[in-house]
Amino acid sequence: MAAADRLLVIGGGQAGYQTCASLRAEGYEGAIILASEEPEPPYQRPPLSKGYLTGEQGPDDLPFRGNTFYEDQRIDLRLGDPVMALDLRAKRATTKAGHGLDFDRLVLATGASPKLPPIEGHDLDGVMTLRTHADAQDLKARLADGGSLAVIGGGFIGLEVAAAAVKLGCKVSVIEMQDRVMGRVTAPVVGQYFQDLHARMGVDLRLQSGVARILSSDGRAAGLELSDGSRIKASVIVVGIGVTPCEALAAAAGLDCQDGILVDATLTAGHPEVFAIGDCARFPSPYAEGRVRLESVQNAADQAKAIARAVVGTPEDYTAVPWFWTQQFGKRLQMAGLSQGYDAVAVRGSLEADKFSAFYYRGGRLAAVDSLDSPADHIAARMMIAEGLTPSPEIVGDQSIRLKDWAKTALETA
Amino acid sequence: MPKVTYRAADGGERTLDVAVGLSVMEGAMRNDVEGIVAECGGSCMCATCHVYVDDTFAERMPSPSEEESEMLEEVIAERRPNSRLSCQLLITPELDGLLVHLPERQT
Ligand SMILES: Cc1cc2nc3c(=O)[nH]c(=O)nc-3n(C[C@H](O)[C@H](O)[C@H](O)COP(=O)(O)OP(=O)(O)OC[C@H]3O[C@@H](n4cnc5c(N)ncnc54)[C@H](O)[C@@H]3O)c2cc1C
Ligand code: FES
Repeated sequence: MAAADRLLVIGGGQAGYQTCASLRAEGYEGAIILASEEPEPPYQRPPLSKGYLTGEQGPDDLPFRGNTFYEDQRIDLRLGDPVMALDLRAKRATTKAGHGLDFDRLVLATGASPKLPPIEGHDLDGVMTLRTHADAQDLKARLADGGSLAVIGGGFIGLEVAAAAVKLGCKVSVIEMQDRVMGRVTAPVVGQYFQDLHARMGVDLRLQSGVARILSSDGRAAGLELSDGSRIKASVIVVGIGVTPCEALAAAAGLDCQDGILVDATLTAGHPEVFAIGDCARFPSPYAEGRVRLESVQNAADQAKAIARAVVGTPEDYTAVPWFWTQQFGKRLQMAGLSQGYDAVAVRGSLEADKFSAFYYRGGRLAAVDSLDSPADHIAARMMIAEGLTPSPEIVGDQSIRLKDWAKTALETA
Repeated sequence: MPKVTYRAADGGERTLDVAVGLSVMEGAMRNDVEGIVAECGGSCMCATCHVYVDDTFAERMPSPSEEESEMLEEVIAERRPNSRLSCQLLITPELDGLLVHLPERQT
């Protein structure tokens, strides 16, 4: 690697920031440019739907690093100027302001943006999505006087926003199409637990409900009309129905995209010097069938570290165990592995005690574990999934067995 | 403001003023101390903010919660009796002069 090497990172989010930090930590000597659309230095998104809304965390708590970091680490941070075009043959990116950025290697870390439903009223004032600091500032201001909130979509972000709004004294409804919340990724027991929790805290949860249209009054959002004709009053509507990967730039440059920029096991996108990571990338995972696109801090950070190692050393297949967390009403759910396509579930602990884990099996093998306020189970799960160990449902159910000890013994005798 | 010293594995150190109420992790990240990763931003979820609290402070340090001690199982560097997750260590006036040692690796 020549010292004159130039590496361009497009997207200053979790993955982009971590790429730059890890490159320097690994001893990369070349030039690093971090080009970001957003006007502020890279910051964390998880607090935006949690402590930031309730005021437990403020703007100072969001940035990954202090003011001197980028200069000290010789990272050329270009803010507020998105890359609009990419020429992979000429190895040059062009920004909105018209700057040409030449590179030898490229990291696409453009993330994802929230979907908006094509329903009447989605463009009214008061209808919002939550992705950026600016979104969170806006939402926080609107919730400040304890108004009424309707959340469309019972996924992680929607439920976290609902919980924060309850804490702020708002009247909150959540509308979900499926018959349970967080249904895309968790087992019925886990969804049920969170449904009960939200109901107990006063959230009006409408399952198996579609939104027919967003109602307005004086040109502002005033509530929802559901598909069964019933109406819910709300002055703030948060749409949390998932995201679309930001892949237009990559697609226009000729890279293969299919709900995510397609990369191989080393996270390269068709060219050895072009990588795509984080929320925008679809990659082959040893923990799932086919390629997956994941939206988590772990995925963004671990993929960034993997390519930093590849740039300074030799590329290796990316195999980190996926993990994720959510916090609602003070309860912590930690997830390890990928549960998609599971065919059996075993539960350890008890829902009544607010301390349990759901173990997901696929084809007789442990695929994933969701742990509610049970970090020891989560830690053991990460290890078991990485090592391909499968505790039987009997072992899982026996709380006199420490799973980490079981796993260690299983590894030694394997 | 209380002072905190972060001593790296290679012996280099930085002493900083860290406001009461911030965590030892936040003091490091905001001042760009190298050697702490803090992927989860202080949520006690990632175990990449591992430090060794110097023995001189062992008694003044509140003991870890159950949650923190379980997450400590996940640290990459050797776990020792004085291992802590720095996002869980909140600065108080009594901790003025705190010395923490950074492990060689966080990830
Ligand atoms: C409200 C919220 C709460 C979350 N909570 C959790 C949680 O509790 N736990 C967890 O594990 N994960 C959580 N996540 C997910 C996690 O934050 C994301 O998976 C992570 O941020 C992905 O990192 P990324 O760098 O791939 O994308 P992003 O962080 O989205 O960064 C992408 C960046 O690229 C920029 N960009 C896009 N196109 C261009 C362009 N053409 N030129 C220049 N810049 C461009 C974007 O503006 C953005 O700044 C949460 C996400 C949100 C929104
Ligand atoms: S910052 Fe993640 S556990 Fe401390």
